[in-house]
Amino acid sequence: MDFLTVIQILDSTVRLAIPLLFACLAGLFSERAGIVDIGLEGKMLVAAFFSAAVAALTGSVWLGLLAGIAAALIFALIHGLASITFRGDQLISGVAINFLASGMTVLIAQDWFSQGGRTPSLSGTGRFNSIDLPGANALEAAHAAAESPGMGLSAIYWELLSGHTILVYVGFLAVPITWWVLFRTRFGLRLRAVGENPGAVDTAGVSVVRLRYAAVLICGLLSGLAGAYLATGLAAGFTRDMTAGRGYIALAALIFAKWRPVYALGACLLFGFLQAVSNRFNVIDLGLIEIPNAFVLALPYILTVVILAGFVGKAIPPRAGGQPYVKER
Amino acid sequence: MDKMPKWADVLLIPLLNLVLALVVSGLVVVLIGQDPFEAMAIMVRGAVGSTYGWGYTLYYATNFIFTGLAVAVAFHAQLFNIGGEGQAQLGSLGVALVCLFVPWPHWSLALAAAIAGGALFGAAWAAIPAYLQAKRGSHIVITTIMFNFIASALLVYLLISSLKAPGMAPETARFPEATRLPFAQDVFAAIGIDWSRSPLNVSFLVGLAACWLVWLLIWRTRLGYEIRAYGQSEPAARYAGISQVKIVMVTMLISGALAGLMGINAVMGEQQRLLQDNVLGAGFVGIAVSLMGRGHPVGVLLAAILFGALYQGGAELEFETSVPREMIVVIQALVILFTGALDNMVRDPVSRMFLRWGRRKPTPQPAGD
Repeated sequence: MDFLTVIQILDSTVRLAIPLLFACLAGLFSERAGIVDIGLEGKMLVAAFFSAAVAALTGSVWLGLLAGIAAALIFALIHGLASITFRGDQLISGVAINFLASGMTVLIAQDWFSQGGRTPSLSGTGRFNSIDLPGANALEAAHAAAESPGMGLSAIYWELLSGHTILVYVGFLAVPITWWVLFRTRFGLRLRAVGENPGAVDTAGVSVVRLRYAAVLICGLLSGLAGAYLATGLAAGFTRDMTAGRGYIALAALIFAKWRPVYALGACLLFGFLQAVSNRFNVIDLGLIEIPNAFVLALPYILTVVILAGFVGKAIPPRAGGQPYVKER
Repeated sequence: MDKMPKWADVLLIPLLNLVLALVVSGLVVVLIGQDPFEAMAIMVRGAVGSTYGWGYTLYYATNFIFTGLAVAVAFHAQLFNIGGEGQAQLGSLGVALVCLFVPWPHWSLALAAAIAGGALFGAAWAAIPAYLQAKRGSHIVITTIMFNFIASALLVYLLISSLKAPGMAPETARFPEATRLPFAQDVFAAIGIDWSRSPLNVSFLVGLAACWLVWLLIWRTRLGYEIRAYGQSEPAARYAGISQVKIVMVTMLISGALAGLMGINAVMGEQQRLLQDNVLGAGFVGIAVSLMGRGHPVGVLLAAILFGALYQGGAELEFETSVPREMIVVIQALVILFTGALDNMVRDPVSRMFLRWGRRKPTPQPAGD
């Protein structure tokens, strides 16, 4: 395996980690406010569909992005309505949202495009195209022409750092922003408090309901970005159930990261790396043992179970997570 | 707690929830430019209008009985077993191993062994999340979700390596003829009734027996009492000397075993070989079935038949109109949403109505149930 192959795997790691990262940060906001969200998968899926569908109809990926975010926000509101206003079971609501997304997207796709539950392929302005950082192309050309030893390292610039879509850079930017909002603003303090002890927040005269709705809506916005990136950045259009469990991997990453934004970046990069490796190799030959592809794909889930079991550092969720808040009367 | 008579809780509210789910589903059908009443008529006719329709309806219902009971048993102990899908896949593996590697002389012996195999493998797959919940406090919902994915990866691996039959498809060899369970048409032909070909087989009777046994367990045994007590109030149960570890473990093992039993219907009864995805979401339908059935085996049975009819009717709908099969998934999602998550939306106004109605009479009559 040469250096360029390693860089290429890392490059695809970045691409595959971004939808996980958006979804993971989405879950972070929601769960930190005490609303458990296993509906990330569903919200990503509706966003993926509506972003691809609107981009295909209008030819503008930006309108698509807006439509995707709007769809994810509507699903987030359903979750909020069920778990905040009607104090229903948040897990069950999440399950329902995942099914609703899985069914509705194919239903509408078939009605609008009649292509067996997919959208037409996107091209040109219908997709997020890659951005070449300054001088990247020139460096790549120089690398191809000359075989001087020092040139190999330049691949880090033109392959790994350059040539991603705008949403990739937004994704990385979202990590410090999330950290800042959660840990350096008054809103963030209250949001975290509402996930640990909503009664105390209520006593302080701050509305639990409003805070939780805000968290759920931010979660919708971010999962909308995740879905839109999936359909208009990573792929060129929507296909049925295209999220393929990424919402759950994001959930796993969230636990793996112990509900912290910077750790979340690490967890998503790790899980993205595992996906990239299993995409590239069928069997990983370590000399003594061969690791089957299926094992690499299952590794995020296995790692999460190990973390949850508390054998490698305990993951403690926000204390009020999953419980509806009932104001004392 | 005397706000609402029992019949309202058991019948009225689930029915109102179902009606709401169906009305919204109807709106979805209108939105995609079809006539909802015609769609409904096609679905009803397709599901229960012929012995063929009934055969498929009850075949699907059998799957949902097992997965529905699995979720229901766990719910009684306040455990949300979302891993029915993975447990059913492992159960299918157990059933397949029993059928493939033992030369059975007669289907009845094979069935008994397959029941044991399916239950054992399903229970084993639930055992680790249960242990982690009981001993380490890891949330069972998350661990069972993770185990669903691990199960599917495991099956994919086995079906492209050691269990793979010669040929292109990732599936096992066909089970021997002696393990073939009698179909409904065989049984009915023996007593002179003409029944169309369908995958309905004797597993349905096993499903009915499972319903009865679960009822017996939950309401007529000491263990069932402990499970319910633990589910109602964990601290109270602990004061009464009920072991938390034991209840979580035993409940989840039973739940996993029930989910694993699905394999005898789908794998042994119909497909006659182990495919990569043999569960097809039935594990998740179990959640809807259990919610609709309010955790009671009779409710689960009725809800399973309802969902079986929905699946068969949905298939006919796709066949006769341009409404895709995914309509079923939408209806299922709405049923889960309205009966599970938005339950209070209906419950609060209804109980308020009963409260007001009860207050109007100065001397309330004793409830007649």
